[in-house]
Amino acid sequence: MYAQMIKSEATADDPDKLKAFQARIDAGEKIEPKDWMPEGYRKTLIRQIGQHAHSEIVGQLPEGNWITRAPTLERKAILLAKVQDEAGHGLYLYCAAETLGVSRDEMTRMLLDGRMKYSSIFNYPTLTWADMGAVGWLVDGAAIMNQVPLQRTSYGPYARAMIRICKEESFHQRQGFDIMMKMANGTPAQRRMAQDALNRFWYPSLMMFGPSDKDSVHSTQSMRWRIKINTNDELRQKFVDQTVPQAEYLGLTVPDETLAWNEEKGGYDFAEPDWAEFYGVLKGNGPCNTDRIAARQKAWDDGTWVRDGLMAHAAKRKAAKAAAQ
Amino acid sequence: MSDPLFEFLLRQGDNTLILGHRISEWCGIAPAVEEDIALANTALDLIGQTQMWLGLAAEVEGAGRSADDLAFHRDVWDFRNLLLVEQPNGDFGHTIMRQFLFDAFQVPHLTALHNASDDRIAGIAAKSLKEAQYHLERSRETVIALGDGTEESNRRMQAALDRLWPYAGEMFLRDGVDDAMHESGIAADPASLRATWDDTVQTTLGEAMLTIPDSDFAQQGGKSGKRHSEHLGHLLATMQFLPRSYPDARW
Amino acid sequence: MTTEMPLWEVFIRGQHGMSHRHVGSLHAADAETALLNARDVYTRRNEGVSIWVVPAAQITASSPSEKGPYFEPANDKVYRHPTFFDIPDEVGPM
Repeated sequence: MYAQMIKSEATADDPDKLKAFQARIDAGEKIEPKDWMPEGYRKTLIRQIGQHAHSEIVGQLPEGNWITRAPTLERKAILLAKVQDEAGHGLYLYCAAETLGVSRDEMTRMLLDGRMKYSSIFNYPTLTWADMGAVGWLVDGAAIMNQVPLQRTSYGPYARAMIRICKEESFHQRQGFDIMMKMANGTPAQRRMAQDALNRFWYPSLMMFGPSDKDSVHSTQSMRWRIKINTNDELRQKFVDQTVPQAEYLGLTVPDETLAWNEEKGGYDFAEPDWAEFYGVLKGNGPCNTDRIAARQKAWDDGTWVRDGLMAHAAKRKAAKAAAQ
Repeated sequence: MSDPLFEFLLRQGDNTLILGHRISEWCGIAPAVEEDIALANTALDLIGQTQMWLGLAAEVEGAGRSADDLAFHRDVWDFRNLLLVEQPNGDFGHTIMRQFLFDAFQVPHLTALHNASDDRIAGIAAKSLKEAQYHLERSRETVIALGDGTEESNRRMQAALDRLWPYAGEMFLRDGVDDAMHESGIAADPASLRATWDDTVQTTLGEAMLTIPDSDFAQQGGKSGKRHSEHLGHLLATMQFLPRSYPDARW
Repeated sequence: MTTEMPLWEVFIRGQHGMSHRHVGSLHAADAETALLNARDVYTRRNEGVSIWVVPAAQITASSPSEKGPYFEPANDKVYRHPTFFDIPDEVGPM
């Protein structure tokens, strides 16, 4: 899940309008940009879609880290295409957020100065080629769990962006698992690499769903607005149930000694991740927070003259056209 | 000299491999998301072309090597790419200027090549040509926009042009490999492509308010492999690290 | 950066002769660049054979508050749909 800990905004609107709005959502209608919406709905969505967009863009970095070191020409092309898709997904999401009255540049500034967040998972480093497998398999796998239901979210532009994203994303997890299969069936060094990648990415992947939200008011409000479809715990359980057999297929060991099938609930019992670590990462104390933001800041700063140059040229061209008419 | 056809194919594949690698270094850090995606498309095209060129080179060589073997298991002195494409990315202006100077050559080069007497080469050239035409359209537009844009963007583009200009001339140098390819009806004499290239470059740089350096000096040694720049070794160290560190592994 | 790049809406016609369809938006300094960007962003999977780009600011949209008057009057014109008419089977395809 690329949107974590989204605090829903309080709303102080006309109760009749609120009631009518809720009725539209309950009836499964889509809310569109020009429709009336509660201020809290709008603000919560900006925060959620913005965080999702930033996650895609920052998420390019840990995988981009291996594009120049991909071991075959085909792997290089696949990885590059995948990371490029993430840029595209960031773009679709920024555009969806922009329909709510916030510009992309404004959202970028909020990312850079820390007012907006991105998913905690991208603050972990990618150290070996097996991490490209683990990220695709686990991180994209966890993201898909969240994104598939969001295709039915109440805000039209967000839902449409998610539909496009899900369609494109279907190959991402598969390419990750494909790498894992090659590694798990490869040389002893490759097997070790694969196990090491699973060890490092297992708990951070579980954290992607956010802490248990049974008692969270924000979740309740977001679910009523249909901008959150499932609870964090539901999705986490689903992810574990889906992933454990895949790890077994690979012959890898999930780094959780308490992991056991629970016949009664029809799912696995598993250990919770270290939530203190999670909150630490959110606060900026993950292994890569500083590097990630520094990289985005540098890209933004280095790109300023380019964006300004393109705009200046466009203005000159427009003026010349107008003068010619 | 080894088989001129093999040498020629290495030159094609190494150009696209090294430039594709350089462009892929931009992934995630381009000046805007749209530009990030566009650069990745260019890199993907070039990697795809590499697979075809080096695949054919390996086939022609007939020594049981694959395109990947050629890409990942040769050292600097065996590479046959132009010095231009191995130059570091620099700022975005350098990257786009390098791309433009190369694209302006590739289009007439591939146009001639797609009439090659060898069908395999003609086929690769035909597919690559369409991609190169789009690359040229995009790099040309961007060079014009940034050359014309602000004082700073103009200054940066002029600096990029001045820095890269000495690496342009190598594209048109002719040697024994080129002669052999020309005689067997495969490729045009590279010197004959200069007029088309000059025309594209002069028109574009004129529109871009940039001044072409008044110098014919051309660095050389890339396509012959006799003297690459120091940059290539570092690029290869990164690119080849995995297959060389784990020679028994399959990926 | 002083001015933000404007937003463009992108419409693409797919392979099978359908109309141009709205696929999304992007930013670009001018129309020419918007077209190039649209090609790079929205046709990565061979989605199209023709692209339109339109400045987002130039689109005039119907207002949600007029949804009733605009669209509900069409609800009861059921005779506009072929299924309204019962044609006996023996007449054959129609």
